[in-house]
Amino acid sequence: MALDLGGRILRSRTVAALASPHGIDRYLTQINPMLAAHEVRARITDIHPEVSAPGAPRVATVTLQPTSTWRGHRAGQHVSVGIDTGEGRRTTRVFTVSNTESKPGEPLTITVRAHEDEHATPYSISKFLTERATVGTLVHLSQAEGDFVLPDRVPEHIVLISGGSGITPVMSMLRSLQRRTHRGKVTFLHWAPSADRQIFADELDEIRRQGHGVDLHIMHTSDGAPYLSPALLEKLVPGFREVPTWACGPASLIEAAQAAYAGTESLRVEYFKPPRTAGVAGGEMEFARTGKSVANDGATILDQAEAAGLTPESGCRMGICFSCVTNKSSGRVRNVLTGETSELPDEQIRICVSTPEGDCSVDL
Amino acid sequence: MTSVEKTGNRRLSPEELEAFGAEMEAIRQRIVADLGEEDSAYIYDIVKKQRAFELAGRALFYLPVIGWVPAVACLSISKILDNMEIGHNVMHGQYDWMGDPDLNSRMFDWDTMAPAENWKYGHNYMHHTFTNIVGKDRDVGYGILRMDEDQKWHPYYLGNPLYAFLLMTFFEWGVAMHDLEVDELVAGRRTWAENKEIGARIWRKVKKQTLKDYVLFPLLTGPLAPLTFAGNFTANIIRNIWTFNIIFCGHFPAGVASFSQEECEDETQGHWYYRQLLGSANITGSRTFHIMSGNLSHQIEHHLFPDLPARRYPEIAEEVREICERYGLAYNTGPLRKQLFGVFKKICKYALPDRKSEAAAAAEPTPVLEGVAA
Ligand SMILES: Cc1cc2nc3c(=O)[nH]c(=O)nc-3n(C[C@H](O)[C@H](O)[C@H](O)COP(=O)(O)OP(=O)(O)OC[C@H]3O[C@@H](n4cnc5c(N)ncnc54)[C@H](O)[C@@H]3O)c2cc1C
Ligand code: FES
Repeated sequence: MALDLGGRILRSRTVAALASPHGIDRYLTQINPMLAAHEVRARITDIHPEVSAPGAPRVATVTLQPTSTWRGHRAGQHVSVGIDTGEGRRTTRVFTVSNTESKPGEPLTITVRAHEDEHATPYSISKFLTERATVGTLVHLSQAEGDFVLPDRVPEHIVLISGGSGITPVMSMLRSLQRRTHRGKVTFLHWAPSADRQIFADELDEIRRQGHGVDLHIMHTSDGAPYLSPALLEKLVPGFREVPTWACGPASLIEAAQAAYAGTESLRVEYFKPPRTAGVAGGEMEFARTGKSVANDGATILDQAEAAGLTPESGCRMGICFSCVTNKSSGRVRNVLTGETSELPDEQIRICVSTPEGDCSVDL
Repeated sequence: MTSVEKTGNRRLSPEELEAFGAEMEAIRQRIVADLGEEDSAYIYDIVKKQRAFELAGRALFYLPVIGWVPAVACLSISKILDNMEIGHNVMHGQYDWMGDPDLNSRMFDWDTMAPAENWKYGHNYMHHTFTNIVGKDRDVGYGILRMDEDQKWHPYYLGNPLYAFLLMTFFEWGVAMHDLEVDELVAGRRTWAENKEIGARIWRKVKKQTLKDYVLFPLLTGPLAPLTFAGNFTANIIRNIWTFNIIFCGHFPAGVASFSQEECEDETQGHWYYRQLLGSANITGSRTFHIMSGNLSHQIEHHLFPDLPARRYPEIAEEVREICERYGLAYNTGPLRKQLFGVFKKICKYALPDRKSEAAAAAEPTPVLEGVAA
């Protein structure tokens, strides 16, 4: 009760007026970063390795105790995670909340796979979380976001499809369904490279053993399991195009699923990265502030800027966090998520999900 | 116009300009690559101190009589830190690389009447791009004062010293209103429609600042409300006087050059650096003095590298000085009283009509202000 009253006072208009223009959280954080009236922060309370096979990228489930400002999440939603990774820098990336639907102030988990590629940056958040983070580390969160979620009334039969670390949102859905004691049928198809790289392996075994209306198929492709195809789907889920489906995974898997569902409304997808179906090359991409320009290669403006040696701000790199918003003074851009184009002069665009079409100039 | 020659400086050849620009660019690259822990620790520490001074200031008003002076002192320090070393510098994007939304140029707002959004356009863009280009840089005299001989004299300017005094006292209002470009409005070069959004922002911010400093915090101190009101008012004025002086010493002391629009057409990067150097002046002082001036006491370095963290300016200054020596360019610096005196002299001098003969005036290039008006 007392706590609640404190929270209400801190969120009152009077306090907001007194703390203007900085906001009350700017003062509370000086006392203790876990005190907040609006923002969400959390401390790591547990780090549980999921995959630590030699040669495989590490995967870990990180449990976070948020401030009381956390409003909870719906299964399938994601959260921005900002971490001070050293050298005075904070990097922010988006991760799916992997545990059962949480209520306000309740702990949440994220399940993170160490990101390895030739471009990996020294500030990699996934590497930090799987290798360097410890219990007690402070992280800066957003509220849960995203509409890749189950409806309140779950249909009688649903299909969940995932690949690799894309298992996180569907796992949260599955766990929540079990808690909600969903009586219908769930067909869960998951692709992973091999058994020793399987995230949530023990829990999946348990689900398989118990049954409970979950029809589980795990495909380990290095053991010769088939890739996603319409034929395979038809075999496992007859009439699959009519069954509400949620799919999350690498671009190749999502594209295969989209081809199989042939544009039917049943399929909902979630990307961790913008689709690689890049834009059109051609024309000149100009970075007006630094006076650089490159031949437009059809990649996102963020990627082209980074390739040109610039370091624009970015966070989620997926159009979610708005930290990459930049003024585009001229040119036409295509949003790689929606396919929409726009060519208004002096427009604020998210460069992580915009590809130029022809000549384009941005304030970078 | 206080041309480059009149400041006793020489013009650089295109080759020299290019080499000069390259040397500046090299400093910039080196600092950018070196940004890290120390810079972030520094600014977090300043923020912590500012918040502590602010809380102390607000709290000390509860202590009748003996608390008042310390309260005003703490609040003044808090507002000065907030506006200068934190606000001005953060809004320049000096700490954007840290990835902390609290210190991000797009999100930050400061504890003054001027809304961040308006100020960033007028200051970061107009003033820093067109520094000391008469007729383009609206900070030359703030559209109120006559600070350059190219601004045509008018009996209105007899009031120069008085306007300067008023601008100093109510500087935060001046900065807020600055973006409305009232002088341009009166001259018919700007429309009310263009000002609508800017005006609405000012109104919103002014309401918030007034409510906080002149209604809520005074009321919270109960019977001491009038004293708190007076204290908040005083702290705001002290901050105004301080910031006005620091800023005017950065651009208007003796020896600072101004430029015509022709000189800056199709400007090269080298000339841009050259103009920034000659259009600014530094103030010498202690470490505390530099912090309290938001390191704008290093106005030269700030204008050369507006988006590098200001705490780096003292270190950069040594190199800039050495480069200036090699190129035979003056490095305008001096103690506060000397620079202030220079500013004061200018304010008084330009209050009066020019003393030189008509013939000499005719020999000078056409005054640029009129060129724009046409
Ligand atoms: C909705 C959503 C949900 C997600 N859920 C999960 C999840 O549950 N689990 C999970 O493991 N991941 C998830 N991700 C992916 C996650 O957000 C990160 O993309 C991933 O962890 C890699 O981030 P990183 O910081 O480790 O990698 P980094 O190596 O720092 O960056 C990733 C990429 O950004 C590029 N990059 C960044 N900075 C630069 C630069 N300065 N110059 C050039 N290139 C640069 C590189 O190409 C690099 O490959 C999700 C993503 C989204 C959008
Ligand atoms: S980086 Fe998050 S929206 Fe572009």
